[in-house]
Amino acid sequence: MKIMVAVKRVVDYAVKIRVKPDKTGVETKNVKMSMNPFCEIALEEALRIRESGLASEVVAVSIGPAQCVDTLRTGLAMGADRGIHVESQDGLNPLSVAKVLRALVEAEKPGLFILGKQAIDDDCNQTGQMLAGLLKWPQGTFASKVTLDKEKQVATVDREVDGGIETVLLDLPAVITTDLRLNQPRYATLPNIMKAKSKVIKKHTPGDLNVEMKSDLEVLQVTEPPKRKAGVIISSVDELIDKLKDEARVI
Amino acid sequence: MRYDVVVVGAGPAGLSAAIRLKQLCRERDFDLSVCVVEKGAQVGAHVLSGNVFEPRALNELLPDWRNEEAPVDVPVSSDKFWYLTKDRAFALPCPFDNRGNYVISLSQLTWWMGVKAEELGVEIYPGFAAGEVLYDSNDNVVGIGTNDMGISKDGSKKETFQHGVELKGKLTLLAEGCRGSLSEKIISKFNLRRKVQAQNQTYALGIKEVWEIDENKHEPGAVLHTLGWPLDHKTYGGSFLYHMKDRQVSIGLVIALNYQNPYLNPYEEFQKFKHHPAIKSLLEGGTVIQYGARTLNEGGFQSIPYPVFPGGAIVGCSAGFLNVPKIKGTHTAMKSGMLAAEAAFSVLSEGSSMEVYWDFLRKSWIWKELKKSRNYRPAFDYGLLPGLAICGLEHYLFKGRLPFTLKHGKPDHEATNVAKLHTPIEYPRAEGILSFDVPTSLHRSNTNHEHDQPAHLRLRDPTIPESVNLPEYAGPESRYCPARVYEYVPDEKGELKLQINAQNCLHCKACDIKDPKQNIEWTVPEGGGGPGYTVM
Repeated sequence: MKIMVAVKRVVDYAVKIRVKPDKTGVETKNVKMSMNPFCEIALEEALRIRESGLASEVVAVSIGPAQCVDTLRTGLAMGADRGIHVESQDGLNPLSVAKVLRALVEAEKPGLFILGKQAIDDDCNQTGQMLAGLLKWPQGTFASKVTLDKEKQVATVDREVDGGIETVLLDLPAVITTDLRLNQPRYATLPNIMKAKSKVIKKHTPGDLNVEMKSDLEVLQVTEPPKRKAGVIISSVDELIDKLKDEARVI
Repeated sequence: MRYDVVVVGAGPAGLSAAIRLKQLCRERDFDLSVCVVEKGAQVGAHVLSGNVFEPRALNELLPDWRNEEAPVDVPVSSDKFWYLTKDRAFALPCPFDNRGNYVISLSQLTWWMGVKAEELGVEIYPGFAAGEVLYDSNDNVVGIGTNDMGISKDGSKKETFQHGVELKGKLTLLAEGCRGSLSEKIISKFNLRRKVQAQNQTYALGIKEVWEIDENKHEPGAVLHTLGWPLDHKTYGGSFLYHMKDRQVSIGLVIALNYQNPYLNPYEEFQKFKHHPAIKSLLEGGTVIQYGARTLNEGGFQSIPYPVFPGGAIVGCSAGFLNVPKIKGTHTAMKSGMLAAEAAFSVLSEGSSMEVYWDFLRKSWIWKELKKSRNYRPAFDYGLLPGLAICGLEHYLFKGRLPFTLKHGKPDHEATNVAKLHTPIEYPRAEGILSFDVPTSLHRSNTNHEHDQPAHLRLRDPTIPESVNLPEYAGPESRYCPARVYEYVPDEKGELKLQINAQNCLHCKACDIKDPKQNIEWTVPEGGGGPGYTVM
């Protein structure tokens, strides 16, 4: 069975982001970029499934500008067998991305598609679900545990939901999106980074796949959250009640 | 894994060496494999410098840099030098000549050099920390070992454990920057300073911010240096303010680490400095983009060690080629890398000895420059005014031709007085517009380390902080560390104990240099951690 994993190149999680002076978005010039942490977890899960003998190949996919190749190389260094880069300079939005991934699924025919639950730059949490919808595949999102049964061709997924953990049984092929507690991604070791250089990354454009990267949403403005005002030390409970009533107006 | 040359550190010196090696390979049709390991998460992530760049070495290394989009594009447009008092600024004749130089971000230039190096076939591996030097049975250096990754705080192996890798090289070049951890071990092991009767190295700590300021206050290429306030006449140091492009300015304060008052807090002095009337008007209305700190060499000519050891050599600031009166070290660091590459190439292609690197250095413009400028910094050990007077004489009259060489004073860590000879300094609270608290600044350095790993700051004797540092010196590490790694916090019994917040570390090496008993040893943490500088 083949597993496909989508990985997104995003601003590194440790970087302090700031809004561009023209308020059109977040500054990404001269900013460190890395693989989205949830995508790392997705890739790690795919690698573990392959290492347990239940899959034969892990293919990493990334959509975006030329530098996505670096992200894919990291994925290959972690252990993915080959990579696919769909080059696009346009902004990414979940539906267009899902359509691109659907086109790739139709060509590659994987038994499982694993994605991170959301990207840390837009926090959309939509791509996996939309992909499942377009493919008419079952989905197990916010996975904190994945168990495959090759014979029965099903996947048991523990989902982290608001009320606790929900366990679902999915017929393969299926879409799984990963949550934080699923696994700890491995480090890319130096020998593996060296080996990754010779692994293949195939290039496509959205046009090749008959997908138009357009969004139905237009970002009007991006601003920083208002600065937190200094707190006030109050001297009595009466004063607190007064302030809650008259200033904060919450009682 | 085997290479012909292993370079530790993808900074200007290391990359210059790597690039020069590959150029020589092409010129002479003799291929060598070159590998550069870098502890930062990407090339440039741990590079911090003022920086007014003299392109002399870059012109030699990559003469076509102007056509290859090198981020060296803001020529110096003005050069000012002020003496500050608390409220006023007095313009002094400018001792620098920056014509033909550029205001740059060194982390950006280093990133660009990394791209150029990879184009030439250099293999660069960021995210890998060289933790140990490898020796053969005859004590020759045969390469380095990268750190194990995935070890938890208690020393046990985590699920993600990966063994470190041995990178063997026929030659190993150490390019770790100022106070390189492996370089210091090598210098000590092979007695490289004693070999040439070099003096101890002396250092300064530079704390820097990059601001984005109002368009109408921005003058690309403007260069300003100040002396005086907030530092006293016994403390050597000064500030810099350089205008880059895109409304960005680099601003920082550099304080020599042979300061005497254990209550001095370099970070707070920098915050204070920004409130000077002549400075704050520039910053008002702006925002801080990045923050960072790094130590730099001030020992100059007198402190250069013999830079060759069996199996390799030391390049760049790990040896110490910074020209103190010019306040520039990038060009000499790069040139030293190039010379080491030329020596290495002759070793590997013709069988000569790495000792020719020392000869190349002494015949080069690095040597002439550093020799000429050797008496400036030591003059300040007599105080600010005598220092300025002697520098004036050197600059206008003697130009380094005096037949004697001034010596450095005590090593920096011995210069700290005991706390009872001084009074604590009251620093104003950060107001969040011009001055900030350490956690806010740290956030802007994009610093992070994998939390669950052993602390990389080791105490040779764990009792010394509470038995010596705290009672005698009032815990200076809690003041000079620009990342608040060291804090004395009360334990359950109410007694103050040293807490090491290793995760904050900016890899500046101030603690390794300034700890009075040299009890703190900076070792390299798991690769990929540390600051994330991109415009510093």
